[in-house]
Amino acid sequence: MPQLEQIHTFLSQIFWLVVTFGLLYVVLWKAALPRMSTILLERQQRIDEDIRKAETFKQEADEAMSVYEKAVADARSEAQAVIRAANDKLAAEAATRQEALSAKIKRDTAEAEERIGKARAEAVETIHTVAVQAAQAATSRLIGADVPADEAKAAVDAALQGRG
Amino acid sequence: MATDTHGGEKHSPLEQFEIKELIPIEIGGNDISFTNSALMMVIAVALIVLLMVVGTRKQAMIPGRWQAIAEMFYEFVANLIRDTVGNEGRKYFPFIFTLFMFILFGNMLGMVPYSFTFTSHIAVTFAMAMVVFLGVTILGFAKHGLHFFSLFVPPGVPIWMWPLMIPIEVISYLSRPISLAMRLFANMLAGHTLLKVFAGFVPALGAAGILPLAFVGALTGLEMLIAFLQAYVFAILTCLYINDALHLH
Repeated sequence: MPQLEQIHTFLSQIFWLVVTFGLLYVVLWKAALPRMSTILLERQQRIDEDIRKAETFKQEADEAMSVYEKAVADARSEAQAVIRAANDKLAAEAATRQEALSAKIKRDTAEAEERIGKARAEAVETIHTVAVQAAQAATSRLIGADVPADEAKAAVDAALQGRG
Repeated sequence: MATDTHGGEKHSPLEQFEIKELIPIEIGGNDISFTNSALMMVIAVALIVLLMVVGTRKQAMIPGRWQAIAEMFYEFVANLIRDTVGNEGRKYFPFIFTLFMFILFGNMLGMVPYSFTFTSHIAVTFAMAMVVFLGVTILGFAKHGLHFFSLFVPPGVPIWMWPLMIPIEVISYLSRPISLAMRLFANMLAGHTLLKVFAGFVPALGAAGILPLAFVGALTGLEMLIAFLQAYVFAILTCLYINDALHLH
């Protein structure tokens, strides 16, 4: 096995190990690793900053959203109030008009009833006078006696009374 | 017959682990030649630097392909340390990261045909394990002083058990670098040897060689997993040892 037979190469192997390993150590320690750590640190900072920015934007968006929602809710309640006011106004108007109309109807009805009553009274009076005259005329034709108006009228009244 | 068809004893499955001198260097009588092992270490370091430094040069807020891979490794190791050591582990992040990437790239480069796996050598893995072991021990003493020895006394153990428990704990502590080094070394050695052995069956079996070829294909996938897993295990155990040294129990 050359590993155990070539003992004379041990010194050379270890010498070159120390030289190359030492060189690599110094280069990595002084040049590569600080650079790497800077790169990674900067990236981490950038990521953190971006996350922080995103969080701020999210907060702003949330605020805007809540403002918008509040505006919508306000507008909705305002609209509802306007609708309610209009409804109330219309209902009041309708009630007043209804009241005026029913008053007019009542008045017209009363007037008409009065007119009817008057007409009826006139008609009854006319019929009465006609009946009295008819009775006078009939009496004079039948028995040839003139019945005074007062008697005839009383007789007609009695007869009418009797009929109810 | 079979041995003749695939070149005889010369092509041992262990030949791939042989260290070859590329540029002979000698300083004060010590042989520190640049070898194939050293070449792979240099390539591994070059690739890691390319990925981690050139790949992230734009420092883009939105990462491109290479930066995404670099970030993935960074966060993987960062999470590993956070989960095992906690926030105090940040100081050791560069070391753990270097260790993880070095072993991972060493293992992965070893999967390239005709390349060399420097983590399959006990000298390399043991050296890394000893650095971890000594570093953790020094860290423990620096942080807790002599109180660090209480690591060897498991909490809640009655005093009459101490003569038994303390030697066990000391042995388990001292065996840490050995197990750390052996685990990586043995995994790389066994995996690559197995691949080589089965690959050797492919030409030997002729038309039926399709079976070992399929097996080698599947085994390559498994070895990729092991290459990653062993780097991960080495790194996580280092983290756990650091955690032990920082918090004792």
